Amino acid sequence: MIEGMTALYIFMLSAFTGYEVISRVPVILHTPLMSGSNFVHGIVLVGAMVAMGHAQSPLEQVIGFLGVALAAGNAVGGYVVTERMLEMFKSSKGKN
Amino acid sequence: MDNIIEISYFIAAVLFILGLKRMSSPVTARDGIIWAGAGMLVATLITFLHPGMHNYVLMTTAIFVGGVAAFWSGKKVAMTDMPQMIALYNGMGGGAAGAIAAVELLKGEFHSQTFLTLAVLGALIGSVSFSGSLIAFAKLQGLIRRPMRFPGQQYFNLAVFLIALGLAATLIFSPNLAGLVILAFFAVALAYGFLMALPIGGADMPVVISLFNALTGLAVAFEGFVLNNAAMIIAGTVVGSAGTLLTQLMAKAMNRSIGNVLFSSFGSSGGEEAAVEGSMKPIDAADAGIMMAYAERVIIIPGYGMAVAQAQHKIWELTELLRKRDVDVKFAIHPVAGRMPGHMNVLLAEANVPYDLLYDLDEINAAFPQTDVVLVIGANDVVNPSARTNPESPIYGMPILDADKAHNVIVIKRGQGKGFSGVENALFFADNTRMLYGDGQAMAGELIQAIKEL
Repeated sequence: MIEGMTALYIFMLSAFTGYEVISRVPVILHTPLMSGSNFVHGIVLVGAMVAMGHAQSPLEQVIGFLGVALAAGNAVGGYVVTERMLEMFKSSKGKN
Repeated sequence: MDNIIEISYFIAAVLFILGLKRMSSPVTARDGIIWAGAGMLVATLITFLHPGMHNYVLMTTAIFVGGVAAFWSGKKVAMTDMPQMIALYNGMGGGAAGAIAAVELLKGEFHSQTFLTLAVLGALIGSVSFSGSLIAFAKLQGLIRRPMRFPGQQYFNLAVFLIALGLAATLIFSPNLAGLVILAFFAVALAYGFLMALPIGGADMPVVISLFNALTGLAVAFEGFVLNNAAMIIAGTVVGSAGTLLTQLMAKAMNRSIGNVLFSSFGSSGGEEAAVEGSMKPIDAADAGIMMAYAERVIIIPGYGMAVAQAQHKIWELTELLRKRDVDVKFAIHPVAGRMPGHMNVLLAEANVPYDLLYDLDEINAAFPQTDVVLVIGANDVVNPSARTNPESPIYGMPILDADKAHNVIVIKRGQGKGFSGVENALFFADNTRMLYGDGQAMAGELIQAIKEL
């Protein structure tokens, strides 16, 4: 169980990591990176699966189903558009 | 079994951070998404092994339904429409976070008050991000054409937000969670997302999408705490903070504060607009072509209009032609060219323009006075010198590309209309500016023809 201060430490360190990773990014990568980070929070799929896996009543199952479908859309769609954008980044010098 | 699951989530978290890191440099960006994708795959597959789960058939169906729809739409969408697709996928993530919270609230088995609070807060943020992103999508897709505003809107929205907070507090502090309260809470939270995004104009949408992206990350992190899932906490928080920074960078590039974007409406306050002196002077493609072919240095300033006209391939052909004649050609990219920071780079990359020919505002503004010809295609507000000179102008203070300082300026434009912001552009009336009227793609083609015939 992740509790109390440990949770707070994870939260704090992750927040700094996110800030550091982005802070030196050239403007040309802002859109792909926003798209990439949009893909990363597609990890919500994992949570949606767990929630649905433990759903009991029909109502919980329906909401769980919606959650998993939405989360899968976030993850898959986020990946596809990010990959499409990034595959076009080429240099004029030599290979790719 | 639990250990294997935990270790897999740990590996996924590491892959996400390394992937994002690699995505922040153009050289390694292309495999950054593959690293992050591998992390996602590992995390998703291992979750099937979670102990005590059922509903596997329904679960797989849901993944299939959502995944296939998103895959198909993501492959099909045109590069110009990317921003609204990001908004849509982001909204789905927020909705999923809300759904997780809804299931947990219905079950009502929380270990402590803290987890309950986080679940409700995550639900609130996720729901707002979901409905707000849908509005952002509808606006950029052209389904909603005008910002919707009415008197007292800010107060009305504030009231709705306070009701949402009140219902959230009821959920947190009432021992027996009533289904009706849960329903009302989600309804009001979703309504607030709609109301919040409706008055915001299309030009400000990128900032709002980025903000919703950060909010979804935060919602995912909160639900991660509830489900005791480290991968969700770490990935969600990283996106939350990275997204917040990105939102600030975008707002700064447009010389607007985030509060200004959210709570005021662009152009509605605009003071008296000074009449612009001079007249627009037309030029034909043959003359414009000669000017460019015999220039030493040319800078091309592309805008969203170029992408809409699908002229980027022709522009690259023109560039190659000029480079063969030893003309030094550069592309000047305004931070908000296109619909989002970096969107223009993507659109040019699609036309095979190498990224090292593209220059930021800071890198290129000093070069304009030594430039023979500037070609403006589909850009307007970002080259308007009024932003520098006229304190009355609604765009005053926005950083612009100093195209007016070049020896000659050629503007390809459909007609004499105003830009996206509805502001008259003083550059078009300047003595050293010539207007090349016509469709972007057709005119670029005529320029190519003119230069080939020399």
